[in-house]
Amino acid sequence: MGKISNEELLNSIKAKFENEVRNFTEPFGLLTFETDRENIIDLLTFLKNDEKLQFIYLTDITAIHYPESEKPIGVIYHLHSLVNNVRVRIKAFLADGDVHMPTATGLWNGANWMERETYDFFGVVFDGHPDLRRILNVDDLTVFPMRKEYPLEDPNRVDKRDYFFGR
Amino acid sequence: MKTHLVFDDNDPQSELSTLNLGPTHPATHGVFQNVLQLDGERIVSGVSTIGYIHRAFEKIAEHRPFYQITPLTDRLNYCSSPINNMGWHMTVEKLLGITTPKRVDHMRIIIMELARIADHIVCNGVLGVDTGAFTGFLYMMKYREHIYEIYEEICGSRLTTNIGRIGGFERNFNTIAFDKIRKFLNDFPSVLKEFEALFNRNRIFIDRTKDVAAVTPEQALSYSWSGPILRATGVDYDVRVMEPYSSYDEFDFEVPVGVNGDVYNRFLVRNEEMWQSLRLIEQALGKIEKESSEIFHADVPEFYLPPKEEVYNNMEALIYHFKIVMGEINTPNTEVYHAVEGANGELGFYLVNDGGRSPYRLHFRRPSFINYQMYAPMSRGMLLSDAIINMSSLNIIAGELDA
Repeated sequence: MGKISNEELLNSIKAKFENEVRNFTEPFGLLTFETDRENIIDLLTFLKNDEKLQFIYLTDITAIHYPESEKPIGVIYHLHSLVNNVRVRIKAFLADGDVHMPTATGLWNGANWMERETYDFFGVVFDGHPDLRRILNVDDLTVFPMRKEYPLEDPNRVDKRDYFFGR
Repeated sequence: MKTHLVFDDNDPQSELSTLNLGPTHPATHGVFQNVLQLDGERIVSGVSTIGYIHRAFEKIAEHRPFYQITPLTDRLNYCSSPINNMGWHMTVEKLLGITTPKRVDHMRIIIMELARIADHIVCNGVLGVDTGAFTGFLYMMKYREHIYEIYEEICGSRLTTNIGRIGGFERNFNTIAFDKIRKFLNDFPSVLKEFEALFNRNRIFIDRTKDVAAVTPEQALSYSWSGPILRATGVDYDVRVMEPYSSYDEFDFEVPVGVNGDVYNRFLVRNEEMWQSLRLIEQALGKIEKESSEIFHADVPEFYLPPKEEVYNNMEALIYHFKIVMGEINTPNTEVYHAVEGANGELGFYLVNDGGRSPYRLHFRRPSFINYQMYAPMSRGMLLSDAIINMSSLNIIAGELDA
């Protein structure tokens, strides 16, 4: 795919952040790993400014919720090195009750709305964000609708129960 | 309800005035609200409010089987629904490890490039309208109608197409569809030429658009822009070339880039992209003729719904039909990101699957949402009338903005 292989990329990340990164996987050729929120900005800065890697393009920031897990909320970054044509995916998981994350708006202007969207739907508070408000939902919404405990439909409805459909 | 007072209008000393542009202003072609602070006709600062047609697609998608998510993608960028549909099918195919036959790839390229042309026709036509030239819009709009007729021949609907299925298409293209595509290829170039003749060297149009809202490549990349508006700044990032899908790598086409990223450059880039799309369709038609005319989907009975007459007469088809509808087929427990070059830029699908019938998490990387966030900051210091055509040239589609 790209000009640098995932192995090279992995080695240069490990050389700098040996103990801070873990759980390397490669689903469909896209290098994925985890880190902590203490290191995320250092890591993003390194990936962006490294002369060889040049991950200058922030594709997306989003989040995911695993209610069963010890650290249920995961913030997911997709970066793209346009010069090398390589993508990378970074995850940082946060404990319930402490969903704070440092902002990436200092690195990319485009992170602004992506973080607002993540806050709006998952309640991740991006510390240092210049304008952290809800973006797609109404301002007076009290819940974070993409979390798994928030039902899609009215839970009191009975006409869509599984037993009506033999399930 | 909490109200946000964006700008304080009650200060008697202030000479600035506040203007609510939208949410339903006729000049914005969609539901966009921008609260602008004006000094005369010049914008001092602005705040965008979005989310007026937010429909919680990502939440709904977590409760739908894969094949029922296609109609949701229709309603993202509804000016080029087929690209969204194909992007979604390809994401699921990547997840399930399905390889599509060459003929399907080429059929997809035809339909995606037609959609790109339809989208650019609307964008560039409306840009003309906003600068005061209605004629070009009317010439071109007729051909968007012809493209919609081609969709209709292929899938039965026109705007929200729900075209194709996981693994290919629901039915083969019929001869009328091919005839209509050929007729379009034959007729459209002269119209596009006429359209370009109306605008490209038109003094009034150039005065209105040149150096308006010029953006540097650095700014554009920092704001994660993609698509024609990024290429207008001179960055040649096109997903079709960088990560070819649907055998785009076998095709001969060019990626047009602009020079200084102003409205005029965006207009030219889109026009040139239409020419390139025509080239792609032409080549795809040639390649299709070399393939067996019976193939229009991959051989994946576990995921591709069998035709109804077979369901009623064939045991195996009935079993698969039942399994697909009831969602009893195991899917891999993994995650996938797939991007296609939508008409507005990189349209990405981030799908996290836990092995069930519906996604554990689905996130749409919507180009309009990401492209639009520079709108308010870049409007600073601009004339109000320039900000209007800047919005037209960004081609922000409300459905894609708000998901």
